[in-house]
Amino acid sequence: MFKWMVFLACLQPLTMLAWQGWREELGANPIETITHDTGMWGLRLLLLTLAVTPIRKITGWSGIVSIRRMLGLFAFFYMSLHLATYLWLDQFFLWEEIGFDLQERPFIAIGFITFLLLVPLALTSPTAVMRWLGGRRWQRIHNLIYVAATTGVVHYWWLVKADTRDPQLYALLLVLLLGIRLRYSRWFGRQFERPSPPSRFRT
Amino acid sequence: MIIKKMADIKPAEITDPQIYRERRRFIRTASGLLLAGAASATLRPRLAEAGYGGQAIEGVRPGPFAIKEKRTAYKDITSYNNFYEFGTDKRSPALMAGRLKTDRWKVTVEGAVSRSADYYLEDILKGQVLEERIYRMRCVEGWSMVIPWIGFPLRDLIKRLEPHSRAKYIEFQTLFDPAQMPGQQRNVLDWPYVEGLRMDEAMHPLTILAVGLYGEILPNQNGAPLRLVVPWKYGFKGIKSIVKIRFLEEQPQSSWMRSAPNEYGFFANVNPRVSHPRWSQRRERRIGEFRKRKTLMFNGYAEQVAHLYQGMDLKKNF
Repeated sequence: MFKWMVFLACLQPLTMLAWQGWREELGANPIETITHDTGMWGLRLLLLTLAVTPIRKITGWSGIVSIRRMLGLFAFFYMSLHLATYLWLDQFFLWEEIGFDLQERPFIAIGFITFLLLVPLALTSPTAVMRWLGGRRWQRIHNLIYVAATTGVVHYWWLVKADTRDPQLYALLLVLLLGIRLRYSRWFGRQFERPSPPSRFRT
Repeated sequence: MIIKKMADIKPAEITDPQIYRERRRFIRTASGLLLAGAASATLRPRLAEAGYGGQAIEGVRPGPFAIKEKRTAYKDITSYNNFYEFGTDKRSPALMAGRLKTDRWKVTVEGAVSRSADYYLEDILKGQVLEERIYRMRCVEGWSMVIPWIGFPLRDLIKRLEPHSRAKYIEFQTLFDPAQMPGQQRNVLDWPYVEGLRMDEAMHPLTILAVGLYGEILPNQNGAPLRLVVPWKYGFKGIKSIVKIRFLEEQPQSSWMRSAPNEYGFFANVNPRVSHPRWSQRRERRIGEFRKRKTLMFNGYAEQVAHLYQGMDLKKNF
């Protein structure tokens, strides 16, 4: 039941975009709105995924781990939409233009890197793949989320023209989420920073 | 107060009886413009949402350089704005600009100029023929519009102000009043907003000061009551809500130059061959269109302005 509610909540941003699109309420520059919205939700959900373990440690509520994979996959889903919007609606698959963008605009390059970093995480998310890889190797791959969250925030920071207030907020959240892991591992001597694969999945 | 007759009306335009009638009306309109603007200032944001801004400007004559492309919708021109004085996202200006009081608007003229003084906008507009200028507007962010401005050539005003021959540049400043412009409560940019032009650019017949768009008084979010329009340059050069004009011997530093000198230069001419660190300038999205179109050199005004930059390295002087 809890999982289903989270699932519907994660679909909400997409439903809103579709609804606004239908009613022609996406503003003067709809493609820009879609690009921004999908990117923002990708980043938010990625940070939410990173918040799961700290919440579990602090509150002792282990049930929350059951939504971690879903949050991570939704983050990847919105980032895929974000990238697809850029490639299709923004550039219309003009590979030459896209190539120039990657070379000339660091924020686009680092955004692309962020997506690539998350691909192996999405591919190794099914339980069967996890079993096949074994916990240790799976963990090593999924540590990439720390890099991807950082490059994701940098991507956001670099694309903003002058008003960096919002990227600052996301950077602060990221530092908090990463910092809390270091503190915990120091205080309790536990290996907090690794996303341990849950032994069993409840539905 | 300065009243000087403009004598640059072409014979072909004088013979048009329609224009005769309109010119009689505009004198009445121009003086009433600001008072009416003040009266409708509070109503305007709500009206702007419903449709047009409300206060029509009469007696506007069609101006030169009109382009034939489809005009951008009024709703888009007035709801998708970069006007950081009212917030850094595109929707904020339309929502917040109602706070701006445009009545009894004063413009200070100073520097290397004979007639340095404070002028009421009514006095600046007195005796000034207002024209409709349908221009392309290209934002540095890679989008563009077609806007039917109402205004008058900046050169007309400059001539009346009698700058000294040593004045090589002209600098403009936007109002600084954080109470009216809440975006100024944070130092996103080094307020007040400053922009500038070289004197030959300022004197170019394409360069106008605008007081309206789509036949009506300029909505606040578009830079009421007086803004600069330089159609061959990126939109940020078009400084809004002008309160100060200075005539200078040295090139002024614009706000964006101070904010990010490697991204924004003094000239900021639209140039598809010189890309910005953030945005490719090769193509642009015309607001209201789905696919991007190619960006034209000098925003399509190369024929008129290319000679101003002859012999200049436009990659260096971006």
